[in-house]
Amino acid sequence: MQASVKWLKDYVDIDVTPQELAGLLTMAGFEVEALSPRRPSFAGIVTAEILAISPHPRADNLSLCEVSTGKSSWRVVCGAKNIFAGARVPLAGEGARLGSSVISSQKIREVLSQGMLCSEAELGIGGDASGILILPDDTPPGLPLEDYLGLEDEIFEVNVTPNRPDCLSVLGLAREVAALTGKKLRYPAFLLDEDEKDIGETAAVEIHDPELCPRYCARLITGLKVGPSPLWLRRRLEAAGLRAINNIVDVTNYVMLELGQPLHAFDFNLISAGRIVVRRARAGEVFQTLDGKERPLKPETLLICDAEKPVAIAGIMGGMNSEVFPETETVLLESACFNPRSIRRSAKYLGMNTDASFRFERGVDIEGVVGALNRAAQMIAELGEGRIRRNYLDSYPGKPSGPLAIPLRLKKVRETLGIGIDGQEIADILRRLEIDVREDEEKSGCFLVTPPSFRLDLTREIDLIEEIARVFGYDRIPTTLPEIAVKTEDKDPLARALKKIREVLLGCGYTEVINYSFIPAGALDDLKVDRDDPRRRLVKISNPLTEEQSVMRSTLVHSLLSNYRRNINTGIRDLKIFEMGRVFFKTEDGLLPREKNSLGVLLAGARFENRWPFSGEKADFYDLKGVVETIFSELKISGLSFSSAFREPFLHPGKSCGILINNRQAGRLGELIPEVGQTFDLKDCPLLLEMDLDLVAQAVPGEIGGRDISRFPSSIRDAAFILKKQQEAGSLIDSVLAMKEELVEEIAIFDLYEGPGIPENSKSLGLRFTYRSFERTLTDEEVNEIHFRLIRRITGETGVKVRGET
Amino acid sequence: MLEELKDLEGRALTETAFAKEEQDLLQIRVKYLGRKGLLTGMLRRIAEVPPEERPRFGRLGNEIKERLEERLDDALTKLIQERRNELLRQGKIDVTLPGRAPARGHGHPLSLVFNEICDIFAGLGFSVVSGPEVELDYYNFEALNIPKDHPARDMQDTFYIEENIVLRTHTSPVQIRVMERQKPPVRILSPGRVYRRDSDITHSPMFHQIEGLLVDKGIGFSDLKGILTVFLREIFGEDTVLRFRPSFFPFTEPSAEVDIRCVICKGGGCRVCGSSGWLEILGSGMVDPEVFKYVGYDPEEVTGFAFGLGVERVAMLKYGLGNIRLFFENDLRFLQQF
Repeated sequence: MQASVKWLKDYVDIDVTPQELAGLLTMAGFEVEALSPRRPSFAGIVTAEILAISPHPRADNLSLCEVSTGKSSWRVVCGAKNIFAGARVPLAGEGARLGSSVISSQKIREVLSQGMLCSEAELGIGGDASGILILPDDTPPGLPLEDYLGLEDEIFEVNVTPNRPDCLSVLGLAREVAALTGKKLRYPAFLLDEDEKDIGETAAVEIHDPELCPRYCARLITGLKVGPSPLWLRRRLEAAGLRAINNIVDVTNYVMLELGQPLHAFDFNLISAGRIVVRRARAGEVFQTLDGKERPLKPETLLICDAEKPVAIAGIMGGMNSEVFPETETVLLESACFNPRSIRRSAKYLGMNTDASFRFERGVDIEGVVGALNRAAQMIAELGEGRIRRNYLDSYPGKPSGPLAIPLRLKKVRETLGIGIDGQEIADILRRLEIDVREDEEKSGCFLVTPPSFRLDLTREIDLIEEIARVFGYDRIPTTLPEIAVKTEDKDPLARALKKIREVLLGCGYTEVINYSFIPAGALDDLKVDRDDPRRRLVKISNPLTEEQSVMRSTLVHSLLSNYRRNINTGIRDLKIFEMGRVFFKTEDGLLPREKNSLGVLLAGARFENRWPFSGEKADFYDLKGVVETIFSELKISGLSFSSAFREPFLHPGKSCGILINNRQAGRLGELIPEVGQTFDLKDCPLLLEMDLDLVAQAVPGEIGGRDISRFPSSIRDAAFILKKQQEAGSLIDSVLAMKEELVEEIAIFDLYEGPGIPENSKSLGLRFTYRSFERTLTDEEVNEIHFRLIRRITGETGVKVRGET
Repeated sequence: MLEELKDLEGRALTETAFAKEEQDLLQIRVKYLGRKGLLTGMLRRIAEVPPEERPRFGRLGNEIKERLEERLDDALTKLIQERRNELLRQGKIDVTLPGRAPARGHGHPLSLVFNEICDIFAGLGFSVVSGPEVELDYYNFEALNIPKDHPARDMQDTFYIEENIVLRTHTSPVQIRVMERQKPPVRILSPGRVYRRDSDITHSPMFHQIEGLLVDKGIGFSDLKGILTVFLREIFGEDTVLRFRPSFFPFTEPSAEVDIRCVICKGGGCRVCGSSGWLEILGSGMVDPEVFKYVGYDPEEVTGFAFGLGVERVAMLKYGLGNIRLFFENDLRFLQQF
């Protein structure tokens, strides 16, 4: 809502600066988002009277004016046709400024002109460029024009919250100002001058759908002359951001801005049979609105019709077929109240948001309908020199059954706000807002409160408490701290796991990224994910901003690859990044999707840094696998295993694996295949990891038990085995561990070798066995015996050979 | 003989003084002091010395022997010391070359702010809870007193999945879910991603919100002011000036917008605060009794307050950033600053 301070001052005395006023409104819940001065773009222009006009001796289309400012007279050449002797006009004499140009005396066709007479457009105060601005006959000459026209003003832009439609009007805002400053509110005063003839003789209203239209009022104004509105009116509309059209339409807008009631003027001669019928649209009905567009209608939409056809979409926009036009003489003025939800629904599907619909959606004062109607009728009659028919049509099927008093407990006010306010102050605050307050005679400490009809937001005790707080001032409410309740609930295991994983990754040198949860619709095609893969069960956004952000991601991989691409563009080729976020899987229509917490990691480029003293060697599968192992060891999760029996379409089949927790698939890890890399324009194939964090969090043991440690020294024995090249080291070690040799503390790989000295298609795997007892120091002989027994068992049971033995 | 003995000493000392290697010194020792050494040999010939000179000869011989041994030891120690020093000199490295720093990752600035905020509220007794990001219209709107066809829905541009399923526009639905399953008192914090159909330099279609809810017996608006004052001073500094001003949210009443004095211009007015001198930092209010009715709490029994803030906004102010998109572009050069 935009308004000018001058206009506000019509209804309330304001003795604070515009800045202070903005502060007051803001602190009362009407945030002033902008306060801009409105200043004329001219200087030194004064009111003047044309004493005489004579033709220009050298040019037929120019005239020579003798102009007086009371003190001095000026000779000015003028080309306008609308001037006459005796007219009061703005004079820009020598030295005056218009915009950026300074007026000086100059010869026009050999005749000296000491300045110029100005049009509205030249002055920058209106759109009329057709002639000189003619001021009222009683304008005293010699006054600075900006003072005379009151052109200096301040424009407020106020953010009116949806609960306060009463303040979508200058009067409403003035009422707030009055309440906040303790001043009196002045309602606009006018005398209604009615004709002898009654409106009922020529017009009638029928409401067919009282639910959508609880009240419809109308007046008739006859003998009108349609023309431009006076400058002051046009300037007020303009200050509020509206365009002036003609004196009829402008008044409807003016009164809407003033009182908050949207109005509409029909050319009565275009209303068939003088009958207004308010009904719902019929299926398939199409209507052409004022803006010239054809609007297909739905039956939920309310129409204003005449005896034959629709003439307006109720509360949203009028029609071309009944519009006020320059020849209009008789106007039917509508002031009505419509169902807010119905207006909103219609405006939404029609894609229309008008000043009228904006107000009707939020609700108008059903008891204020007639006041606005009368106010506008009188103004139209005055400005259009017409006559108002006696009486108004008033169809009021939705009249509420009298205002209900709301009980207000003073104790509740004090408790809710935490202040020690007394009854007198509460009553004062409410009364300043025109809210009626009475003591409840039956209950002590309780008021019976009746809000005015324009306060649609006040229906409950809490609504009144808010009003009290607002006017009392939030800054006067003290600050207190509630008692800190003891927390019994344990911290969420998921949150704990996420925190730990994040720490591990940061410690491993990985930087956290956060991507949008949306990915392109074709993202899974980019990744070559199978048609029947569960990740294809995408959650689609029905109104995405762009195609690139049209589905909710079911994997973090696509986002990470895009991050890699982006960083390459800026010259960063070595990348260690991770993201923790949700992934989404569609379930069934009407049901919420399944959401999982996921971890994605991308590793690309050098293992360490690509500079001295590092070697710059490339990171590989085992670097990323090491990260996974670190995470699990940090979380104390046992039962982790890696399986190559696994397929992920975008990962290298020989350099990828599944991550299992107790044999349940919890993630995947591996190197991107070049084919997918090309889609992202990547030359190198990064390593990727994605893991289901919900499963990981579930596997975190509740309590970690400490274990005793042996106090005796360990003994180490090495042995190298010859394996088939394809045989996995993990399977050999697993089988050795399965032998459960009790004194074996650890088995580690110390060497892996292929090449000369090793048979074709074979590899040598060096294992280091650590033996230790909890009871005593093992002798060399004992260790040797155990070790060789174990080696024999390994060769015997697994079929591998000891290196060097044939 | 005495003269011979003195000559011998002179030779031995000269050779010692000129010796360069450990080996030379050892040879000198053998040459003079060894079992078949020159000095040893000379001393054995004591019988050839006249009896009256023998004591003198013997004394002088022993003195020379001791002196020579001492010199040889000194020379040897000196040589070893020199060699050690030489070795250390050779081992000198260039200490100006760069170090081998362990790799260090960087937390996302939003996570840093997130954690800081959660930690502050943990200290005030709030527990962190989470809920779905794709949410039923009921939880995101209806149960928060935002009915269909209500203009309040315009306050949040919404992404839809289906007619009744939306991307949550705030984390408030978590409040409802928690209150549905838990009796009062409630003291929770629900952080997470939220979505609004809006994209420009200060709006992102996805952003992060932290919302808090406190419900108990006898909670008043002054408690809301107290908790939020403690929080904002904790995060923006002890001398942060704040103001509470009336606003409207369908799920709270009375509602308050909380502003802090602009951290950039300190209230003088600048581009960041739109020359108002204040920065909007969070929305809050007393839980509307209507909301309690949806979850079966008795508004006569308990009262409470809720608040919500945008993590991006706080991070932008804390780190002095002007463009919200930086958070989601994931440019390492940006992320490594934190």
